[in-house]
Amino acid sequence: MKKVLALVLALVMALSLVACGSKDEPGSVYWLNFKPESDEALQELAKMYTEETGVEVKVVTAASGTYQETLTAEMDKGEEAPTLFVVGNSAAVDTWGDYCLDLTDTKIAKELNTDAYMLKDADGKLCSIGYCYECFGIITNTALLEQAGFAKDYITNFDKLKEVAEYVHANAATLGFDAFTSGGMDGSSSWRFTGHLANVDYYYESVDDPAAWASCPAEIKGTYLDNFRALYDLMVVNSATDRASLAAGGFDAAAEFAAGKALFYFNGNWEWSGLSDKGMKAEDVTMIPYYCGVEGEEKAGLNCGTENYWAINAKASEADQQATMDFMYWLVTDPEASAKAVSTFGVMPYKQAAESDNPFLAAANNYAGAGNYTMGWMFNYQPNVETYRSALVSAMNAYNADPSDANWATVVTAFVDGWATQYKAING
Amino acid sequence: MKRPKKRANGNGQLISRSIRRWFPLFMGPMVAAFAIGFLWPFIHGIYLSFCQFRTTSDAEWIGFGNYLKALQDESFRYSFGYTALYAVVTLVLINVLAFAVAYALTQKIRGANLFRTVFFMPNLIGGIVLGYIWSMIFDGILSHYNTSILLETRYGFWGLIILMCWQQIGYMMIIYIAGLQAVPEDMLEAARIDGANRWQTLWRVTIPNVMPSITICAFLTLTNGFKLFDQNLALTGGLPYTINPDGSAVHTTEMLALNIYTTFYGQNTAARGTAQAKAVLFFLLVAVISLIQLRATRRKEVQQ
Repeated sequence: MKKVLALVLALVMALSLVACGSKDEPGSVYWLNFKPESDEALQELAKMYTEETGVEVKVVTAASGTYQETLTAEMDKGEEAPTLFVVGNSAAVDTWGDYCLDLTDTKIAKELNTDAYMLKDADGKLCSIGYCYECFGIITNTALLEQAGFAKDYITNFDKLKEVAEYVHANAATLGFDAFTSGGMDGSSSWRFTGHLANVDYYYESVDDPAAWASCPAEIKGTYLDNFRALYDLMVVNSATDRASLAAGGFDAAAEFAAGKALFYFNGNWEWSGLSDKGMKAEDVTMIPYYCGVEGEEKAGLNCGTENYWAINAKASEADQQATMDFMYWLVTDPEASAKAVSTFGVMPYKQAAESDNPFLAAANNYAGAGNYTMGWMFNYQPNVETYRSALVSAMNAYNADPSDANWATVVTAFVDGWATQYKAING
Repeated sequence: MKRPKKRANGNGQLISRSIRRWFPLFMGPMVAAFAIGFLWPFIHGIYLSFCQFRTTSDAEWIGFGNYLKALQDESFRYSFGYTALYAVVTLVLINVLAFAVAYALTQKIRGANLFRTVFFMPNLIGGIVLGYIWSMIFDGILSHYNTSILLETRYGFWGLIILMCWQQIGYMMIIYIAGLQAVPEDMLEAARIDGANRWQTLWRVTIPNVMPSITICAFLTLTNGFKLFDQNLALTGGLPYTINPDGSAVHTTEMLALNIYTTFYGQNTAARGTAQAKAVLFFLLVAVISLIQLRATRRKEVQQ
């Protein structure tokens, strides 16, 4: 028996020695990417960088919606752990703060052209910085809008949005398209409503009480939930898809929009590359704000912000950290590389980065340039995101099956009280 | 030098000596794999259940706090009850149906082999795939009534039962067929000569003789029921929820394993230790149930 034990121990030891085999190579980069849609472009960029400098860059993309799982597993790998990863909101800073190298005054941080996209922990350590920002709103097919008899810039508030949507839906058979794309509530699509659209309430609440929203509020009021409901109902009712079938999901809203079957599509600027691949022209699309009946919303702009924040692994070797920093710097300063990165990411808020040709980001800039207010991404504060949102999905499914006030009350409970409960679950 | 006493063994000793010399070679890899793939993670898992941690290599000891939180968690208690109910229903349904199918297919029916193959095939499909396929089937039917499997707890419950029956009956059937074929022909003949009718033969001769198969199948279905994860995740993912007045939610079709998973990943990392504690409790539970069940059915087996 002792012999067996000795053998087992020897084997285990041998294995662990192999695993620990020292490597004295120059630093390398391992980027654990967060967005499946940008994987292809990033792989090419990595190859470009390796060809230019000889430094190895590995890009691995976590499957959609599994970033935290993948990061948890990968971070456990010691020397093989990612050197560059995404810490996209305050909750992630709480979780991964210890793993973030302080970026204050580093050469990459100095390249930022704004201080709007910096995430710091409680001690003021600069944990992560944005590498691109994004906008979302109501993607609109302006060619179809004109076909339906409305001017491109006709819609400036909820009443006009409603007028257009109801007109198009009523005449869908003759026009050949409907007002809104499907709003599936399965995992691939529900975030457009439980995350993005929910921002309607969070944002206007934060306008009423900026102090409470300077960091994650312990509880929220739900003041603007009637506006949320109005816009949501408008979308669900004026669509070719029966609302009772939304729970099961399985729709492809992007394909519906690209095929010209719908006028409006709730989503963000990142959809552009997919839409243009499917043959849409930049001059035929734009993005309009979430008009939901709030007073003064004629001056609203798009929802701009980002969850794409870079962090360097503080537990990686110094050589790897340096290599990673060099790679990031190259990505935002090299003309060719940044042009390519910008075409996948949208806008990169760096001094020397290339300009974007994304029509939705152009719309965001136009609204901002015309003095409209930008709606900040308050939904990034959602506590225990997955748990909070999945409860919302469940409540909204019941509401879609039977749109009664009683069922809406459950949505409100999940929305407002669910926030406080999840906040408590995190903060004890 | 060997003591003379042992010489008497002669050949036997020669064999046992070479076994003694070589068994590390044959057993070693298996023991090593077992240690690396099971023992170590298991011990590490128990350790982690007493810790607060984000990654498994970076843990801080906190004692029994995780267990306390796990036991106070309403959703955990709910999923325990739900899983138990589910396991009992599948235990009965799958075994009765699998036995019936096996019994039918051991009678001399034409094409019995073809049927066996067909019944067995669902087993070859992975749980996640099955879950999504069946959710399409169920929703395809339920959409005619303007509802969905994600909207009613009972649909989710029975949906999962139908799915698991469909998947597992074939497997259990194979075990029962083997058992049925091993029932001694002379016993059956004796029963016939003594004037027993088919029903009596089934209950008095066949079933006592296939008790070992029943033990195995009951064991498998019960533990499968408790450990079920993929199908649960893919079919309903715990939906629908009951939203409590305080905004917390009970996932009404969530079973134990999925509850552990959502605790681990759905919440912030403070809950990871709690999830780990739940996982240890889950292991104890499945182990205890299986042992009790094994002992109970073993007693009924007949010695041949």
